[in-house]
Amino acid sequence: MNESPASSSETPMVRFERVSKRYGALTVLDQLDLDVASGEKVAIIGPSGSGKTTVLRVLMALERIDDGVIHIDGEPLTHMPQGDGLVPADARHLRKMRSHIGMVFQHFNLFPHMSAVQNCMEAPMSVLGLGKEEAHTRAAELLTMVGLADKLDHHPAQLSGGQQQRVAIARALAMRPRVMLFDEVTSALDPELCGEVLNVIRELGSAHQLTMLMVTHQMGFAREFADRVCFFDAGRIAEQGSPEELFGNPQHERTQQFLRAVMEAI
Amino acid sequence: MNAHWDWNYVHEILPILGEAALITLQATLLGFALALVIGLVLAVCRMAANPLVRHAAAAVVEFIRSTPLLIQIFFLYYGLPEFGLALDAMLAGLIAIGLHYGAYCAEVYRAGIDNVPRGQWEAAAALNLPPQATFRRIILPQAIPPIVPALGNYLVALFKETPLLSAIGVLELMQTAKILGSESFQYTEPITLVGLYFLVFSLLASALIRLLERRLGVRAAPRS
Ligand SMILES: Nc1ncnc2c1ncn2[C@@H]1O[C@H](COP(=O)(O)OP(=O)(O)O)[C@@H](O)[C@H]1O
Ligand SMILES: [Mg+2]
Repeated sequence: MNESPASSSETPMVRFERVSKRYGALTVLDQLDLDVASGEKVAIIGPSGSGKTTVLRVLMALERIDDGVIHIDGEPLTHMPQGDGLVPADARHLRKMRSHIGMVFQHFNLFPHMSAVQNCMEAPMSVLGLGKEEAHTRAAELLTMVGLADKLDHHPAQLSGGQQQRVAIARALAMRPRVMLFDEVTSALDPELCGEVLNVIRELGSAHQLTMLMVTHQMGFAREFADRVCFFDAGRIAEQGSPEELFGNPQHERTQQFLRAVMEAI
Repeated sequence: MNAHWDWNYVHEILPILGEAALITLQATLLGFALALVIGLVLAVCRMAANPLVRHAAAAVVEFIRSTPLLIQIFFLYYGLPEFGLALDAMLAGLIAIGLHYGAYCAEVYRAGIDNVPRGQWEAAAALNLPPQATFRRIILPQAIPPIVPALGNYLVALFKETPLLSAIGVLELMQTAKILGSESFQYTEPITLVGLYFLVFSLLASALIRLLERRLGVRAAPRS
């Protein structure tokens, strides 16, 4: 059961088990099952409002789920063991599990009162307990990796959107997560700035054993970069498969409709 | 009663009023410092996860804001001893001022905090920052610069209300002026001088706040 294309016999890095999320009467995630293998790159596509962002937000534990369980590397994230069963996770358990996950937001959400390097030092210092020097070294390395070696002391307002988003990626990586979540990280950027951000993600994908989930509207990038593409519709995965399968030969009518609409928009 | 302005008398009482001015200044600064702390605590309680804490804080703010400062001063000074807690006049006055203006500052803090975009809380949560660090390092530094003018206005308002402390005998400017007047039957000079004193310091304080505002404005400007 639950066999996804890239998963082997080993424990999946991320497992959604019949996860539901509701806002009042609106069901945003509808008994979602999703396994992501360690190191796998999964692209999430689908129409607006289909629950793509919500998948990332519940995985980041920014939202609570109403039903089901999410596991990270075999350990429940949304719940914790008690006696024979599971009970909803408390704040402490959530914080422990969250440390495995990093997230990059559509609107960067950099801390505007801190320089690029300070943005990347804050959490390593106050969460991981790193010393100032060590945190600075780590932050500088990461900012260099994303091509911002000369912008360490710039504040977000002094950076372009593409540069800000690269700082946000470095900031998340500074916590050494095992899973990285990207929510439409290029949607708020001018088209000519998307490339520099996508390049950083590309490099990350090839150089690290990171597990990645990315919500994206960049079908070209999803096709080239992802191991698997999931098409979301109404809080469920309507269709999933390798990029070749999903883009080349979509089975469901909803998928075909969506891809047609996206292609026409280009 | 002497209807003419008496410069000799002015010279005589100026040093005495000067000392009283120090008490007024002290009451202002200590009272405001207390108000800033109490305001922050109340604002944080109003956002607490526990609904009991939240509603209690809201009720306290509402109650304090709906009753006159003078009554609160009287209550702390004359009322508390009934419950076995006698405070010295200055201390009772400071606490009353701190609480009263704290309730107003709480609303200002709350507005400042509400204005910090949700994304900032979420970024902090995604980085696993604990609540205290999130508040102290991420939220407050963004919430406070925009509310400095509003807080500054309360500082000036508080300063102008310190004469209420004369009602419980604190020897601040107003009380001292009243005593001087009753001793010499010359009220014009001491009261005028006290008025001038308040005028000068209010103007000075306003100018200072505007300066601070401009400073912070420059630093708070880098916002996306
Ligand atoms: N905090 C919220 N309160 C109520 N409804 C929400 C909230 N967040 C998201 N939704 C709704 O949930 C649905 C899915 O949202 P989302 O996951 O952001 O979709 P997507 O990212 O695929 O566009 C949308 O209909 C949205 O309006
Ligand atoms: Mg979305």
